[in-house]
Amino acid sequence: MNLRRRTLLGATAAVAAVGATTACSAKPGGSGGSAVTGDTIKVGVNYELSGAVATYGQASVDGITMAIDEINAAGGVNGKKLEIISYDNKSDAAEATTLANKLFTQDNVLVGMGPATSGNFKAIIPVANKNGVPVVSGSATADDVTWDGSTVQEYAFRICFNDSFQGTIMAKFAAENLGASSAVIIKDNSNDYSKGLADAFTTEFENQGGTIVTSEAYVAGDTDFNTILTRIKGQSFDVIYLPGYYSEAGLIIKQARDLGITAPFLGGDGFDSPTLLELAGASALNDVYFTNHYSSIDEDPTVQDFIKAFKEAKGAEPSAFNALGYDVGKFVADAISRASELTGDAVQKAMAETKGFVGVTGTFDMDEHHNPVKTILVIGLKDGVQDSSEKVG
Amino acid sequence: MTEFLQQLINSLSLGSIYALIALGYTMVYGIIKLINFAHGDVYMVGAYVGYACMTHLHLGFFESLIAAMIICTILGVLIERVAYRPLRNSTRIAALITAIGVSLLIEYTMMYFVGADPRAYPEMPDYLTGSFAVGGVIIRNQQVIIIGVAVVLMIALQFIVKKTKMGKAMRAVSQDPDAARLMGISVDRTISFTFAIGSALAGAAGVLVGVYYNSINPLMGIIPGLKAFVAAVFGGIGIIPGALIGGYVIGGAETLVSSIGYSLFKDGVVFAILILILIVKPTGLLGKNVKEKV
Repeated sequence: MNLRRRTLLGATAAVAAVGATTACSAKPGGSGGSAVTGDTIKVGVNYELSGAVATYGQASVDGITMAIDEINAAGGVNGKKLEIISYDNKSDAAEATTLANKLFTQDNVLVGMGPATSGNFKAIIPVANKNGVPVVSGSATADDVTWDGSTVQEYAFRICFNDSFQGTIMAKFAAENLGASSAVIIKDNSNDYSKGLADAFTTEFENQGGTIVTSEAYVAGDTDFNTILTRIKGQSFDVIYLPGYYSEAGLIIKQARDLGITAPFLGGDGFDSPTLLELAGASALNDVYFTNHYSSIDEDPTVQDFIKAFKEAKGAEPSAFNALGYDVGKFVADAISRASELTGDAVQKAMAETKGFVGVTGTFDMDEHHNPVKTILVIGLKDGVQDSSEKVG
Repeated sequence: MTEFLQQLINSLSLGSIYALIALGYTMVYGIIKLINFAHGDVYMVGAYVGYACMTHLHLGFFESLIAAMIICTILGVLIERVAYRPLRNSTRIAALITAIGVSLLIEYTMMYFVGADPRAYPEMPDYLTGSFAVGGVIIRNQQVIIIGVAVVLMIALQFIVKKTKMGKAMRAVSQDPDAARLMGISVDRTISFTFAIGSALAGAAGVLVGVYYNSINPLMGIIPGLKAFVAAVFGGIGIIPGALIGGYVIGGAETLVSSIGYSLFKDGVVFAILILILIVKPTGLLGKNVKEKV
């Protein structure tokens, strides 16, 4: 009985909040999120704290807890404290879905945060839509996470740029800043991320009048790249675009430099790991540029304040995932503070209407596809250390 | 032409590594007709021992190489003693399944202790990292060392098998273990010795690969292990020069496929070679057709 009344109430709230245009897509059995009573607002954390991509989840949650602690220390949101309910999805999509159900139906959180990876985040979006709870990911970068080209996932948001944007920006950077007119692509053919970046790079680079001389491929786990690099060496080109993860990218850059290939290497946020430096060695990492969410040498005061505060709170240099997690926490609190009432639908509406949000990873507006419109950083390495960072886009 | 010679150097380095691993497969198969699937993992352990020696004990390259060979020798003998000897009189499929189990056990035990992330070998001294050019072809000192160490170890092995008493015992046991026992040869000791040598070579290959590619991880033994197995079958499993030839052929085939622009097919081609050889000449390149007597 109780459940049915809540369902009815929720449905009414949904219609009122979202308006007549979306009423036709009203969620079957949705509760529209639970209204908050009392002095605390419950927010859910559903991240990869163990398993294959635990480093992403742990770093994100460190950022989130720091943001929420700051907000609570400053008096909370509209006089109410935020209370985190945190679960470990073990880097598993099925586990993430189960936990999402638990968070949204039993714990009755107002907002969900995470998971970190695109695959796991996509798995929980249907649960969020069904229960009318807005969810935010800081690092799900696959293109089709919030918008598949025709429909928007109503309750899903992200605060990071998407994959193809990285490829596009890097192509622009290569043509405009490095004056490149020909490029070689080396991509990881077993990885959608890598292929997506390579496609976007190709399209934009050709738009800028450049040519792709040749395109080589490898699969994750390979260690010997001497053969494809020897092939490339015989050709003439200005830059090499390598949209892969650090474990192979480090080896490719090292082997290329050993063979005497001196052309600049360009990559994506998959380069962002200390392991890259270990694998390639400092002397190989010159003339290497990659797109990223955040750089510790960015002189923006928001960034420097965050770095200082993070070092004090956690005793370590923050990574991009720390920064993204921190922004997720701040973004959620900001949306709750602007919501007309404390329901999932009102917060969802506030999130969709975000304008000029100032985060560590950039200032952005939310577009109609629930993606942030933000700049991207192109980081340059000198002897393996971040030497330059430039905002593009 | 320069590109061709450069690719030739690449394929010789890769082939030497496959050959070193393939020798262990072939010797163990030759003596007890067992495909020791844990062999690729012994190679992985060798790479980690080398890493530990260089990073934590600050030993030089050759000391680390020898340390890895010693530890792998012990590991190889231990695997044989614990996992295979109790199954000596069981079916061959039982021993094969045990081998796969041992392989997984080593991989995931290692992963538990060192984590799944790849690790890099420390900075190497100049005589290892340097390179020189011969008419536009860049040859790295590491490639010379890999090929050199591989050739020296293979000659040493050939000497042991052909000239020493233990080698004679190995050949006798592989022919007919029961007759060998009647002649006063300790079959168990001979088998242990075979595992010891094979594992030492795999350990050496592990350190060479660590230095060459500068990246090791707990699952690094799987694919090279399988390819070395293909190399052993190609040359005629159980025949030592066959493993050598097989190693270089597989390394060469892989390089050739990548060098004409089909890098994604290189693993596929290696296993296509396995299928082809099993259809055309199942005993391998140097194998003789032995008719089963009825």
